[in-house]
Amino acid sequence: MILEKVIAILAEYKECDANEIHENSTFEELELDSLDTVDLMMTFEDEFEIQLEMSEDIKTVGDIVKAIEEQK
Amino acid sequence: MSCGFCLMIETERGFCMITTKLCEALGIDYPIFQGGMAWIADASLAAAVSNAGGLGIIAAMNADANWLREEIRKARELTKKAFGVNVMLMSPFADEVAEVVVEENVPIVVTGAGNPGKYMKKWIEAGIKVIPVVPSTAMAKLVERSGAFAVIAEGGESGGHIGELTTMTLVPQVCDAVKIPVLAAGGIADGRGIAAAFMLGACGVQCGTRFLVAKECTVHQNYKNKILKAKDIDTISTGRRLGHPIRCLKNQFSREFLRQEYNPEMTDEELERMGSGALRKAAKEGDEKNGSFMAGQCAAMIHQEQTAKEMIEEMFQEAEQILNQASSFCR
Repeated sequence: MILEKVIAILAEYKECDANEIHENSTFEELELDSLDTVDLMMTFEDEFEIQLEMSEDIKTVGDIVKAIEEQK
Repeated sequence: MSCGFCLMIETERGFCMITTKLCEALGIDYPIFQGGMAWIADASLAAAVSNAGGLGIIAAMNADANWLREEIRKARELTKKAFGVNVMLMSPFADEVAEVVVEENVPIVVTGAGNPGKYMKKWIEAGIKVIPVVPSTAMAKLVERSGAFAVIAEGGESGGHIGELTTMTLVPQVCDAVKIPVLAAGGIADGRGIAAAFMLGACGVQCGTRFLVAKECTVHQNYKNKILKAKDIDTISTGRRLGHPIRCLKNQFSREFLRQEYNPEMTDEELERMGSGALRKAAKEGDEKNGSFMAGQCAAMIHQEQTAKEMIEEMFQEAEQILNQASSFCR
């Protein structure tokens, strides 16, 4: 559920098809730079009503989902 | 007589002085920071700016803990006033430099090139006021949440590492996004820029390029001469391909770098190597061919070497005159 929502947000952000984004997709593969990442973190926080910590360990879509699940 | 925007205080110099909420909070006379320019902003320049009533800043750049400790101590011998340290977060020595600012009781830390998140707690607990340079509203909000005292919204007109947005667009958006004080940076070299920054919502400014030609700045004379000779179209941005663009003056090195950026046979690693050490060559050796002379687009607005004190007084007198005349635009 969270994964689908995260992918939907990413797809809207990148204006691409959700099928192009997977749990193992990295920010690098999605061509998201550090400023995009910060921007997206803020969007996820608003969407899921949580507070995320920026971490160098968050590299993939799956990592974001895990971080959100931990805060839920 | 007041311009209505700032508190005007009679001084012994006979002119009024602009002060904003930033001045009292940081214990400075003028709401101006000197940019933390790598290889340029050392103890000499930082102390001169602080002595002149602004906030001088030592650039920790890619230097190690010992170098920074020495510069902080040198600056303390040159001024009794507060000064800050700019911590470049991409530095390989960032962790140890982050410790030094705590150990040496530096009151203000400005950060650049990234998110200072992992150091924020330690710095704030130590009583340090953390003021990150931000290139976007999301980054401003993030650091505000982490406890930043203020932010510096730096537009792409600036020298050195640059973001996409311009000062004109970034500053008001950051002012809308956060409740903490906002300083404007990028393209500001005179009183007109300061007055404009206030109108955009900032309560202070950071200037780099103007202070580069300060008499107290120890940068190589060739570097100063290049700034003084620069025309409006003399800066270019390079390094976009590598994801961290910089603005510098046009010369043999920067033109060649730009050419190689579009050379498909050149790998990113080779390009990184090409840029490595080029700023030091400019700042320390004055190597006009092979150095990277980082400078903002305002370089052409800078016409003479002055002391930091002369620069600050001139800029704020001009800003004050402009702000006093601002009501003439309204009927």
